[in-house]
Amino acid sequence: MQGQKNLQKIHQASKDGVGGSPLRPDGTLKVKGEFAYSSDLWHEDMLWGTALRSPHPRATILSVDVSEALAVPGVYAVLTHEDIPGEKYYGLEIADQPALAIDKVRYHGEAIALVAADHPETARRAVKKIRVEYEVLTPITTEEQCLDPETHGYVHEPHEYKSHAYGNVCHEQKLVSGLGVTDEVRALADVIVTGEYEVGMQDQAFLGPESGLAVPAEDGGVDLYVATQWLHVDRQQMAPVLDLPLEKVRLTLAGVGGAFGGREDLSMQIHACLLALRTGRPVKIVYARDESFFGHVHRHPARMRYEHGATRDGKLVFADCRIVLDGGAYASASPAVVGNAASLGHGPYVIPNVRMHAIALYSNNPSCGAMRGFGAVQAAFGYESQMDRLAEALGMDPVELRQLNAVTQGDRMPTGQEIDAPAPVAELLQRVKDMPLPPPLDPEHPDVRTLPGALSNTSHGEGIVRGVGYSVGIKNVGFSEGFDDYSTARVRLEVIGGEPVAMVHTAMAEVGQGGVTVHAQIARTELGVEQVTIHPANTEVGSAGSTSASRQTYMTGGAVKLAAEAVRHELLERGRHRYGWTRDDLSLAGGKVVSASAGVLIAIVDLLGDDAIEQTREHHHRPTVPFDKETGQGFGHVQYTFCANRAVVDVDVELGLVKVVELTAVQDVGKALNPLSVVGQIQGGCTQALGLAVMEEIVVKDGKVRNASFTDYLIPTILDTPPIPVQLLELPDPHAPYGLRGVGEAPTVSATPSIVAAIRQATGKALTRIPVRPEHLTDTL
Amino acid sequence: MRVTFSANGKPVEADDVWEGESLLYVLRERVGLPGSKNACEQGECGSCTVYLDGVPVCACLVAAGQVQGREVRTVEGLAGPDGELGVVQQAFVDAGAVQCGFCTPGLLVQTDALLAADPQPSDTDIREALSGNLCRCTGYEKIMDAVRLASARTCARGAEK
Repeated sequence: MQGQKNLQKIHQASKDGVGGSPLRPDGTLKVKGEFAYSSDLWHEDMLWGTALRSPHPRATILSVDVSEALAVPGVYAVLTHEDIPGEKYYGLEIADQPALAIDKVRYHGEAIALVAADHPETARRAVKKIRVEYEVLTPITTEEQCLDPETHGYVHEPHEYKSHAYGNVCHEQKLVSGLGVTDEVRALADVIVTGEYEVGMQDQAFLGPESGLAVPAEDGGVDLYVATQWLHVDRQQMAPVLDLPLEKVRLTLAGVGGAFGGREDLSMQIHACLLALRTGRPVKIVYARDESFFGHVHRHPARMRYEHGATRDGKLVFADCRIVLDGGAYASASPAVVGNAASLGHGPYVIPNVRMHAIALYSNNPSCGAMRGFGAVQAAFGYESQMDRLAEALGMDPVELRQLNAVTQGDRMPTGQEIDAPAPVAELLQRVKDMPLPPPLDPEHPDVRTLPGALSNTSHGEGIVRGVGYSVGIKNVGFSEGFDDYSTARVRLEVIGGEPVAMVHTAMAEVGQGGVTVHAQIARTELGVEQVTIHPANTEVGSAGSTSASRQTYMTGGAVKLAAEAVRHELLERGRHRYGWTRDDLSLAGGKVVSASAGVLIAIVDLLGDDAIEQTREHHHRPTVPFDKETGQGFGHVQYTFCANRAVVDVDVELGLVKVVELTAVQDVGKALNPLSVVGQIQGGCTQALGLAVMEEIVVKDGKVRNASFTDYLIPTILDTPPIPVQLLELPDPHAPYGLRGVGEAPTVSATPSIVAAIRQATGKALTRIPVRPEHLTDTL
Repeated sequence: MRVTFSANGKPVEADDVWEGESLLYVLRERVGLPGSKNACEQGECGSCTVYLDGVPVCACLVAAGQVQGREVRTVEGLAGPDGELGVVQQAFVDAGAVQCGFCTPGLLVQTDALLAADPQPSDTDIREALSGNLCRCTGYEKIMDAVRLASARTCARGAEK
């Protein structure tokens, strides 16, 4: 009996395996200040690089004179596009962006020339000595101007288009389902509500600035240590510009201080390598905060028009939607963002008849691309505002209206795609509604620090009204529309110091999301060992794809699982061969090979000996197809994920100040591989949504950025952020590893509309633009 | 110019310091203490918070020359003599308050200062004290948990004595 007990103990899932919450392997280094972020790198003899950036959003470059800059003592190189050895253009989806401006600039802050010097201040001073003659042109900045190129001109001349662009339209996606939206369809609805909505330009505002160190190599290539979201796609874009074969451009991930989509495009990668290859010395580039605002793409600002019809009892009849996204000067990820907006832009609702038209424009505003939520965020503000409007028109409870129309497993999206995994939208809403409300404001003894305006002491409780709002959102996981999305992992099992140790090597960018923790958990679970080492991420192993689209645990986690399973298989085969085992009930647990019926067979270390086992596997998700251009039909998304929110706000209606009192989230995560991290992701996602709702916007006027600093671009502080109670649902997705669901983005999609709904409830204002500003609440625009 | 000061209890010396350099630059690039982070370099985010003569300051706003002869304590100086984590550091790891971790060094110093002044702060006290430290990843909930945990452990330790 003792043996059986021991077996139970061996089989007990390790608390540090899948489903547990072991601590981050990099946590101790991070709290000691010893974790090397990309901006912390240092090399003997290194130079500092910086860029000259355009003060104009649109201009023709007549001449560039770098001679004075070159003459500054301590300057080692000054480069323009003429010094680029290879291709001059790059891009994530469309190679339409010059590595350094050629003949014209298309946005405020575009890089024109580069300087390498022995001190960052020397480099900055030299940049000021580069003489550029411009012919300044009127920027093309509004939807109306963009859509009338005959009058206002082209951001890219038509002969420069490198994709299916036309006019100043970078990309478009239409969708029609059911009967579409015709007069006959409209006549079927008892109530019709229309609304026009606007979303401002949000910034990822990751704290660690774009930075890295490029080191020229003896073979004529270059080694780059960099903070990025996808090492291999960086390399793929960089090598042609540097005129080097892929294998001579080697990238290693340096510590990443947040990303949120903003590191999906190149920033300083090519620039640092160009300078290093020219000077023959290591070159470090670290953006200052203003340069960071100029140097990465932002969330697309949007203008949207929605029309919804419903029967008197609340059943949706049709939705007619137009979403216009300002993509700025270069394409970046705009085509994929448009695809998401079009295919997810109706929300998680069953709507028999739909018409949708989503477009991204080229303009002389800052370039926009990937940011957490990726096209689904803007639309969610539109459709959820419409749900509240419809509920009001019907005299229904807004949560009940949503539940009445909520999709569930087996329903079809307007793209025709069947939802073939759990979709507990109505349940998420019910749970969020049932969670206890925070206590009411105590009008007698308020702590002014908890009131709107907080430390500014603007109120002692008078003029403050409380509101409650609800929302739910939908997001896809992974890359869509036929993209061959995959990840690679190498797992090695060997004996070190008498213990079996698993080593996991992937190219996954750890940007703070906790993938490194989860990979170790997966290896522990699959191999039954405690010790796991995570190899630094680099391009020596196959691509991991991007740390975006909520995909890394699904994709790279899936690859680690496959590789670990292959290692386990080989180990057990070795045992079968060596010892003639014929049982098929073998597994690895507690550092041993275990048979369910016969107990412990051998210790892993004894079976492994000096002969380590290593396996590499790719994990591809099931194939998707591109949406039909005209009808939007197609199995375009791998997985859907849902989150519901409730916001409670206090509004000072005299001053227009808002304090979010509580923001509750309930999300279906399929399987929480690491509950502590999952909850942290949801809370962080909700906070970025709060920022978009009430404070975050890059203010662009006539193409010029007015607030490129943390003084003027406001992100939520700990005083602005309320308690965020989170409840998890775990309904496994049969198609995903462990049944998991991507987590990171859904709360950022869903939480913004709940906050705006709560402010509407408190104030009675329509509020069709975010971020909501005090002037919207006090009619003092 | 040459600047000499004490960093984490040890004398340090930086040569050829340009007058416009900040304490943050000198710490990170000249004396090998990159733990204090460079997120905004204009005193808005708190990532570079260090103790200067026992008072938490943004190192990016202190001119290098101002620290001549003074005492600086950075995140690297929060661990014990054998490298064991301090109470606040351990609490941040345990509570899951570290994600990307770029804000962490500044938050640790600020929390250390808060708990030294008030070992049992209320939630609102914590929020007020940390309102100068931006975090973009966590949503602050787990940071609140970490500070509460550090407070509880500090008080428990005090009670034992």
